[in-house]
Amino acid sequence: MKLELRGITKRFGTLVANDSINLVVEPGQIHALLGENGAGKSTLMNVLYGLYQADAGEVLLDGVKQSFSGPGDAMAAGIGMVHQHFMLIPVFTVAENVALGHEPTGILGSLDLEAARKRVIEISEKFGFNVDPDALVEDLPVGVQQRVEIIKALSRDARVLVLDEPTAVLTPQETDELMLIMKQLAKSGTSIVFITHKLREVKEVADIITVIRLGKVVGDAKPDASTSELASMMVGREVELTVDKKAVAAGDVVLKVENISVLDDRFQRAVDGISFEVHAGEILAFAGVQGNGQTELAEALVGLRSTLTGFGKITLKGQDITDRSVRRRLDAGIAYIPEDRKTDGLVSEFSIAENLMINASYKSRFTSGPNINFSSRRDIANQLVKEFDVRTPSADTPAGKLSGGNQQKVVVARELSRNVDLLIASQPTRGVDVGSIEFIHERIVAERDAGKAVILISTELDEVLSLADRIAVMYRGKIVGIVGPTTSREQLGKMMAGVSA
Amino acid sequence: MTITELAKEERVGFKSPAVMGFVGAVVMLFFGILGREGEVAFEISRRNDVIQVPAIPVDSSTLGIFSGVLMLAIAGYSLSRSLKNLRTPIWLSSIYGLIGVIALLGWLAAGAAVPIAFIAGTALVLAVPIMLGAMGGIMCERVGVTNIAIEAQLLTGAFMAAVVSSITDNFLFGLFSAMIGAALVSMVLAVFAIKYLAQQIIVGVVLNVLMIGITNFLYQQWLTEDGENVNFPGTMDIIRIPFLSDIPIIGPVLFENRITVFLALIIVPTLYFVLFKSKLGLRARAVGEHPLAADTVGINVGRTRFWWVTIGGMSAGLGGAALTIGNAGAFGREMSGGFGFIALAVVILGRWHPISAALAALLFGFSIILRVWANQVSPGIPTDFITMVPYIVTIIAVVGFVGQSRPPKALAVPYTKG
Repeated sequence: MKLELRGITKRFGTLVANDSINLVVEPGQIHALLGENGAGKSTLMNVLYGLYQADAGEVLLDGVKQSFSGPGDAMAAGIGMVHQHFMLIPVFTVAENVALGHEPTGILGSLDLEAARKRVIEISEKFGFNVDPDALVEDLPVGVQQRVEIIKALSRDARVLVLDEPTAVLTPQETDELMLIMKQLAKSGTSIVFITHKLREVKEVADIITVIRLGKVVGDAKPDASTSELASMMVGREVELTVDKKAVAAGDVVLKVENISVLDDRFQRAVDGISFEVHAGEILAFAGVQGNGQTELAEALVGLRSTLTGFGKITLKGQDITDRSVRRRLDAGIAYIPEDRKTDGLVSEFSIAENLMINASYKSRFTSGPNINFSSRRDIANQLVKEFDVRTPSADTPAGKLSGGNQQKVVVARELSRNVDLLIASQPTRGVDVGSIEFIHERIVAERDAGKAVILISTELDEVLSLADRIAVMYRGKIVGIVGPTTSREQLGKMMAGVSA
Repeated sequence: MTITELAKEERVGFKSPAVMGFVGAVVMLFFGILGREGEVAFEISRRNDVIQVPAIPVDSSTLGIFSGVLMLAIAGYSLSRSLKNLRTPIWLSSIYGLIGVIALLGWLAAGAAVPIAFIAGTALVLAVPIMLGAMGGIMCERVGVTNIAIEAQLLTGAFMAAVVSSITDNFLFGLFSAMIGAALVSMVLAVFAIKYLAQQIIVGVVLNVLMIGITNFLYQQWLTEDGENVNFPGTMDIIRIPFLSDIPIIGPVLFENRITVFLALIIVPTLYFVLFKSKLGLRARAVGEHPLAADTVGINVGRTRFWWVTIGGMSAGLGGAALTIGNAGAFGREMSGGFGFIALAVVILGRWHPISAALAALLFGFSIILRVWANQVSPGIPTDFITMVPYIVTIIAVVGFVGQSRPPKALAVPYTKG
């Protein structure tokens, strides 16, 4: 099916998320939509899918104008979508999830689950998905959940399939499998729209690439275009894709972790008997697919989450900090960039200046006696805003008004302006524009060069490979192995799936 | 002990066998060894039944000892399950509870008789308002709307049923208007929760206070002034289903009732079927778990919520009617007396499942009749103590499946697009 978008415009208040975007997807083609976070790719697809109503423009399928009042209409017209955050009901079985919305029924509107199961098995076998229709979705690994999403779309005879950042949650091997599936689907005549910001994947699988920046189409490119060419189209200027780094000069042990275990919110063991050391002047990166205990590990190191009592020990510069409170750990010399700046990193209603002093509200350069020293806070804030290149009208602007990249710079500024021995950076560049990523990466490397120990937790393999001095791969709460920075992607991918080195 | 073993024990634990063992020992000691002298006759048939089954006479303290032994045996089995890190199955907890109740009845009625059919039948009649209220609650909560206003809906239903039945002299009109009145209360909740994204708890509390106020006012100003014409409906006739009502115990309990009880007995399994076996139910549960996902497959979240909440209100309204024209025969000031809140507890205790919730409602009905009956059969025993017993049984039942109770994920979360 041929999909055509003409002059799609979508505004949220004063923000123009999509500015008269034109796009043509030919049948049987894999059309990549490349752009940074916040460029408007997902908004465009949500308009196509009927979740949002466009302010202007039209959607055409095989030359016929469509008007979708909701996702139901879009689906009926043959558009299927695999969302970035899966739209699956965790407590339902695969068959129930696939059937939901167009259920096969028997007498009295009763569910014909047998028919639903058959449909799942049929599609699953056709494409070699290997999915059990009776499994509960919450028990399935993310890679399989994604296949359930694809089955869901195909079971509704989708002839245009939109995949929104499908590789974000996958291991490299799962990504390869997904790419095979995409090629297979395209061969059978399905048009595929592949939304991503990862250049490597685009080059591998796309037939044609459309680059979007700040809500506008920048232009089309062929997959044989060079990576730097694509990157500069995406960002709008030349970008440095590699980080310059001096050779590692590791010093003394700063943090020593021995056999700690941590429970997650559901009281399951998220971190399971982990031990490692970090030296001064090195970056130890924790790689792994999201949800393998990295978040809980970071929170346990900072003290936000307690380790299982009776087991394990955390030592910072020779001091046992296992039972210390968060505040005393921070005072002992830990800086922490949390993975979610909106919930943990910032108070979005507070101004930049207030956010900058939030972990130094007592006995610090921001205070005089029991009071806030407003003049010195203003000076420090202004200086940090300048030093860390935070694009803001003033330091009194509420943090919530800033773009993602600038919010993250505020967090980074707060943490790096303190004199510490250990920096824990959890997903420091998630949802951040390329320009800010470069900047944050440089600052992290600068910390390492200044002789501090750095723990980097990242699910982006590119980030890990360009920054790390050593790479610890986590799988199901355990460290599969700690390897050098020149380890191949393939090898890391295997480790991320639990195969030890 | 290795780390992995510890992790597992953190999940199952020894709560079940400990509580079961303790209560078993209490039963053994107080109802058995220190039990009361005298024979107990468990009456299966009533005097005017067609089929007469002779009563079963047992010695009160022997029954206590026997029950205690059985309960301790179950506790022991539960312990062996816990040691293997396995849960005690729910059916076993239920049997355990039943044995405990029989021991209690036997102890209370030492030297007298236990009219099983009477106790069970009255428990059912008393449980019906709670049961129907809970069904309404389940319908609301399964689609993700918290319904604190069950109390208001019961009260509205009770009021409407009494007044409309009196004025029109027709119980069917009474039933209908009870359902419509309560549905209107539900609609207010639905509109505020779905359209205006209001805090559902607050809306519910306000509705409760409002309906108590309105019915109190009307009661005082109108029903007490003109009671004979507007608040004198009487109760509906008891319907006997031929043949079925002649079966010992089951007959009089299930097949010889007023229409409100029969409706409840139909609504519970129907709701079970609709929720878990039908397309409508699958969609409703999807809306309650993950509304955005439901939206992306073309389900209208707002509409689904609105209708389930409204129909849930009708069920609660019927429960209210059961209070007046199904039992008391007239409307009284604040006569729902907290049943709505008990229904709320029943929803949770029943883990948002119609059958389990209905059984939980029966437990509450039983505790009410137990207090009344215990007072008659052995006046010396403090009734407050007796009233506690069913709740202790409840706790034991809950211990059996703690941790498995999981509310709908989107409960009380308003849904907004984009």
